[in-house]
Amino acid sequence: MADQTYDAIVIGSGISGGWAAKELTEKGLKVIMLERGRNIEHIKDYVNANKEAWDYPHHGRRTQKMIEEYPVLKRDYPLNEINLDMWVKDSDCPYTEVKRFDWFRGYHVGGRSLLWGRQSYRINDMYFEENAKDGHGVDWPIRYKEIEQWYDYVERFAGISGSKEGLAQLPDGQFLPPMELNCVEKDVAARMKTIYKGKRSMIIGRTAHITAAHPDRTQCQFRDKCWLGCPFGGYFSTQSSTLPAAMKTGNLTVRPWSIVTKILYDKDSKKATGVEVLDAETNKTYVYKSKIIFLNASTLNSAWILMNSATDIWPDGLGSSSGELGHNLMDHHLNVHAGGIVEGYTDKYVFGRRANGFYIPRYRNFFGDKRDYVRGFGYQGSASRSGWNHDVAEYSLGADFKDALTEPGGWSIGMGGFGETLPYHDNKVTLDKTKKDKWGLNILSFDAELKENELKMRKDMLNDAIEMLEAIGAKNVTGGDTNPYLGRGIHEMGTARMGKDPKTSVLNKFNQVWDAKNVFVTDGSFMTSAACQNPSLTYMAFTARAANYAVEELKKGNL
Amino acid sequence: MERRELLKMITLATGGALIGAEFLLSGCKNNARLEGSFSDDDILFLDEVAETILPKTNTPGAKDAQVGKFMTVMVNDCYEAKDQKIFHDGLINLNEASKKKFSSSFMKINAEQRKELLTELDKEAKAYQKTKKESDPNHYFTMMKQLTLFGFFTSKPGATEALRYIAIPGKYEGSVPYKKGDKAWAT
Repeated sequence: MADQTYDAIVIGSGISGGWAAKELTEKGLKVIMLERGRNIEHIKDYVNANKEAWDYPHHGRRTQKMIEEYPVLKRDYPLNEINLDMWVKDSDCPYTEVKRFDWFRGYHVGGRSLLWGRQSYRINDMYFEENAKDGHGVDWPIRYKEIEQWYDYVERFAGISGSKEGLAQLPDGQFLPPMELNCVEKDVAARMKTIYKGKRSMIIGRTAHITAAHPDRTQCQFRDKCWLGCPFGGYFSTQSSTLPAAMKTGNLTVRPWSIVTKILYDKDSKKATGVEVLDAETNKTYVYKSKIIFLNASTLNSAWILMNSATDIWPDGLGSSSGELGHNLMDHHLNVHAGGIVEGYTDKYVFGRRANGFYIPRYRNFFGDKRDYVRGFGYQGSASRSGWNHDVAEYSLGADFKDALTEPGGWSIGMGGFGETLPYHDNKVTLDKTKKDKWGLNILSFDAELKENELKMRKDMLNDAIEMLEAIGAKNVTGGDTNPYLGRGIHEMGTARMGKDPKTSVLNKFNQVWDAKNVFVTDGSFMTSAACQNPSLTYMAFTARAANYAVEELKKGNL
Repeated sequence: MERRELLKMITLATGGALIGAEFLLSGCKNNARLEGSFSDDDILFLDEVAETILPKTNTPGAKDAQVGKFMTVMVNDCYEAKDQKIFHDGLINLNEASKKKFSSSFMKINAEQRKELLTELDKEAKAYQKTKKESDPNHYFTMMKQLTLFGFFTSKPGATEALRYIAIPGKYEGSVPYKKGDKAWAT
């Protein structure tokens, strides 16, 4: 059993793991980053990044064979021909569903930072205070003034494009120039302002794309091929941003194919001493030792690692003394959409492919509004002019038909809701010790669902979307609510929540495990409530803050 | 993650006209497949069907994009068994329709006759698709037409010559002038 020692171990290489590695190495720590999957080298390994539909045998579409091999991934858009190698093969990494949970995973260096939606929004006290106000979950242990500077810090480095709007419920940030709303969206946004008198706003999405000069990266080229990995480094990923910064220090070692099976815990010092790693290729076991550990394996895998650690002291794992480890699983509930036709604008078109759209920040249960449910939702959407896939009334086939299809069709507008899920204790994951994965490791069992509050909210999400689209003048507006399941938001959160009290939370306000202060958990599992904004920017800010604190404490001899 | 929502919304907004959308979003049944069961003659036949739908004009047509071959790949790999059968039967049915109307097989009738025949089949298929229940089978001509459109406009000649394509736009402008006759963007 090889045994190696570092100052810090970072488990996971996605958005938060990359930030942990960058911050810790830049502060002089020798760090090893452990990634369970393969390496993906920036640019070189983005093998599909310059392909077009015609370069694939099925022009990008899924085959029946893929459907058979990916029983979970097939449930939604991720199963397709163009980036199949970026998703986990379900059969290698099964999980048990007491209730349906769509778990879409990317096991490789960079994790889902290569695949994320890149929408980046801050959370302020209108959200941090809500648990305490309405009594769901526990109170967040921090407030906006403590995290604000860290949002500033990560936004400046990551590069977030956006517009300053001065909205109470969506704080402005350190933005690069915003992308542009298109001609239809601009008019719709203006109409929204008149109709809703500032209570509802439509703004350009705030997105982690660089839209101005940024060190060592090339500006977004508007190819809209982000989820193939961007050879320009146009959007924030571990590979484009945090990893090169960490490597530059000379303090980082990256070890792919490293499945962390447990955190090693010393009950005398009440601290972790290192981790045990199963090499995913050779099945050999290794031990790495360190002074501090950052756990960034993604919300559910971080819970899994903790559940498998220090079980001689706590049968349900490290961090389970509160009874909250694995509980309070949250996501954003999606799959409520509406769309309609926009008449006119036939003399207008767009240039370039904008991997972004508009955003309508939350307005429900704010500003004096009171619904029969708590919390709220935002919308993302866009207006667009259809390409070849439009109806041609006059012709059914032949040269005239072809000519008609080679011209753009009409404009349409559509949007979908992102709803907040409450932190329910009984929405949980546990270990299923009766089944094993490809490596003989026990697997997770999911038992979580949308409840009455979310289902009531979904009615508003649908009705409001239709009502707003009709109000701004869209025609033939239709909408639908499909698949009301958790997981589809790919925003898993909450399985190791932070709080003020070790009896009701897994982590303290600096993301330290109450029962092992040199273990910091800074992926989505720390989230005490979900808010309704895309959460990754918040993970970045909390990770940078926790890393700064960890190094200070280390220097003081407290860890 | 708005882009994936967009895909669905476009489908919604345009009434979900494309069977192809099902490849992207539908669930599946693990039915056995008939593999490699198209002959070279079938491919030539499908090329002519596709060319009738999207002929060569001052830009390439379906045959230039090898749409016949593409259709067979899609049916073999992406269709469920029940749809494969409908498609295969469709080859025969289409030929029978030609014999009935022109007393000659589809490969032997001229371009005008092909256009006339397929226009009728298109009308029949549209009427059928409009009234059928969701669980009823699709019309074979709907399949052929949709595969032709998808195969052609996402092919290199279709996307880059019949439509407009720029690999690296480099910028986004949300409002540029458009005049009738300007081509649509391929992606």
